[in-house]
Amino acid sequence: MKAERFALLFVIVIVIGVPLAAIVARSNSGAIEIHGQMADNGGWTPSDLTAQVGVPLPLRLTSDDVVHGFAVGHSTEPALDVLPGQWTMTTLIFNRPGKYTFYCTRWCGANHWRMRGTIEVTGDTTTTITTPPPLYVTLNLDLDAPHPSEVVPGEKPSATRGAALGVKIDRVVEATQSPAQVWQQMRSASITQGLSDDQVWDLVALTWRSNTTPERLAEGQQLYAQNCAACHGETGKGDGVIAPSLKKTPMPDMTMTGHETVAPIDFTDAQDMLGASGAILEGKIIRGGMGTGMPYWGPIFTTEQIQAVADYLWTFQFAK
Amino acid sequence: MTPIELTRNPIVKATLRNRWPQFVVRVIALAGFLFAILSGFIGTPVGNHNFSIVFVWIVWWALLMLIAVPLLGRGWCAVCPIPMPGEWLQNGALLKPRGKGVGLNRKWPKRFRNIWLQNIAFTLLALFSAVVLTRPSVTGLVLLLFLIVALITSLIFERRAFCRYLCPVGGFIGLYSQAAPVEVRVKDPAVCAVHTEKSCYTGSADGYGCPWLIYPGTLTKNINCGLCMECLRTCTQDNVAFNLRSFGADLKQPSGHKLDEAFKAFIMLGAALIYSAVMLGPWGALKSAAYSIGTPQWLVYALTLLGLIYVILPGTFLLTVALGRTLTKSKESLKKSFSAFATALIPLGLMAWIAFSLSFVFASLSYLWPTLSDPLGAGWNLFGTAHAAWQPYFMSIVPFLQAGVLIGGLLWACVTARRIAAEKQQGRGITLQALPVMGFCFIITAGLLGLLIG
Repeated sequence: MKAERFALLFVIVIVIGVPLAAIVARSNSGAIEIHGQMADNGGWTPSDLTAQVGVPLPLRLTSDDVVHGFAVGHSTEPALDVLPGQWTMTTLIFNRPGKYTFYCTRWCGANHWRMRGTIEVTGDTTTTITTPPPLYVTLNLDLDAPHPSEVVPGEKPSATRGAALGVKIDRVVEATQSPAQVWQQMRSASITQGLSDDQVWDLVALTWRSNTTPERLAEGQQLYAQNCAACHGETGKGDGVIAPSLKKTPMPDMTMTGHETVAPIDFTDAQDMLGASGAILEGKIIRGGMGTGMPYWGPIFTTEQIQAVADYLWTFQFAK
Repeated sequence: MTPIELTRNPIVKATLRNRWPQFVVRVIALAGFLFAILSGFIGTPVGNHNFSIVFVWIVWWALLMLIAVPLLGRGWCAVCPIPMPGEWLQNGALLKPRGKGVGLNRKWPKRFRNIWLQNIAFTLLALFSAVVLTRPSVTGLVLLLFLIVALITSLIFERRAFCRYLCPVGGFIGLYSQAAPVEVRVKDPAVCAVHTEKSCYTGSADGYGCPWLIYPGTLTKNINCGLCMECLRTCTQDNVAFNLRSFGADLKQPSGHKLDEAFKAFIMLGAALIYSAVMLGPWGALKSAAYSIGTPQWLVYALTLLGLIYVILPGTFLLTVALGRTLTKSKESLKKSFSAFATALIPLGLMAWIAFSLSFVFASLSYLWPTLSDPLGAGWNLFGTAHAAWQPYFMSIVPFLQAGVLIGGLLWACVTARRIAAEKQQGRGITLQALPVMGFCFIITAGLLGLLIG
């Protein structure tokens, strides 16, 4: 009888006690648990968080399938890796209210960009920061209207060749001007009378290159490689690794439901690119493709980052 | 080799007769089992970090197929925790018999006193195995089902009916335990013949009547003996021994070949072939089909698996046996010959499973370290190994081991086939009858070599 009681005690301790202790220990974590899955399987869970200004928001992140990354839009904090079956800890602190977007920074699948969530931050703030609306909104530009260039260069314009021409030009470009418009202005100017059409394009390339810096191009290139190249390709030809899985429709049409994808834009297509202004490019980056599968980067990138990406996109048209 | 009676050693005998060592191991195993179920449901869904997947399908499987079954036969059944809760209720006790427990104590239906249900259960598991082996929640569900079915079976039927007639794992362990170098046997059958109490079957104050529903006095094969040691405890004549014997001693038995056991051999052989192709082969479409349960592709996969293990393999084998009979003008019925020669597939299948297990056990064993530190995927680091990187072990020698094991299995199968033929033929007839079966075994081995190593 004594042995039987001891056996019962042993069973209770080992069989019931151990799993029970594990459950209790597991549930004693103060942080919010966030599970990442590929967008097709649910994305972030939970995907809507709330926080208070100035109050730390501890998070425990794990992936339930493949490697993901975690970052908060408009933040300078580096992205965190979220590994399958492992936990990544982080604590966020927000110093002003607003709706923030957190997102996956690793190419986890064709719908990687859909893997986003929001953090609604409430609370008082002593400083009111107002963000001006993007230029395409101010100018009421129709981002989806075709903007083909009426003129295209015979070869890829080069800023170096343009500089070698020794022509004095106004090197400031308005964000509303497309390269084709600038080319037409230059072509009709008296100082370019002795130049060929392609030499005028070289001057346009020089103008565009003069409006950015190597640092900004480097930042744009990095952001492009991280966020755009999977669809648009390293060389901008619209042939990234994800591109084959996207629908091969050149442009959206009225029969589409808004959930389809279209073939990524080819940034090396001179007719398409040279007819676009900086405001249009930035607007498309901010707003996304609206039903084409092109993500919206407005909640993710800062204004400077968007400008850097747009500057980098021009390098597919204008050589150094 | 004459069996060596290990229980002559008083320490071995006392250890095996004592309930506590076995009880402690089983209780710890039960805790691990429950923990695996829990982890399957609340742990990380990432298979290679989940306790249920890593401990059940890598660690336990490695211990089972590489150590327990080849060396101890039904050694796992002796410490298996699955029937424990049911047994406790049946017995009304955790340790020694002390009165009546609960349950209807019915006899298992006569028509199901074979391993066909185990064959079906294993086949069902095999059909869904790609998902069961990789998704923790499904593993948890399957383990929970094992526990529930075992418990219900114990409450309705007598003794360990679940283990004997239903458990899909016990089915193949029993088949391959015939090759193991250990056995529980009576020392002198004559003593049993005159012992009227038959306490080994009916039980006594020292232990329960054979939970596996066998009478040790006539036990000649390991297949249904669960090595629970109850007969060692209950025998008043000190006539039960735990022996060390030669490998495959039961395969030399000239009688008792059954069709359900023959089919178990085909199921296991077919499953080894299919698993090798699905899990280790380079065919993505095949993998996708095995995972996409309910789709037309999976249906094709399921029909292929069923066709292979229930039609193609037995059908081809039947032809080889028939050829052997024709060559030797044997008078024995085809069914009898078929069941008898299927015994040759036991060493072949056992070695095939060892070779298959070697493929992934050493490659995946390093998943154990992070899982040990964080068994519930909760972010713990109990032993400081939570972030240990994946590291395959001994991969350069594994193919050689596999080749050796498979070729060894082929030779063992050929020797067994010849021995079976020798029971029916003489001289040149032995080779003539065994040769087609050897050819069958050779083709299977070549296929496995190609799939696992080639």
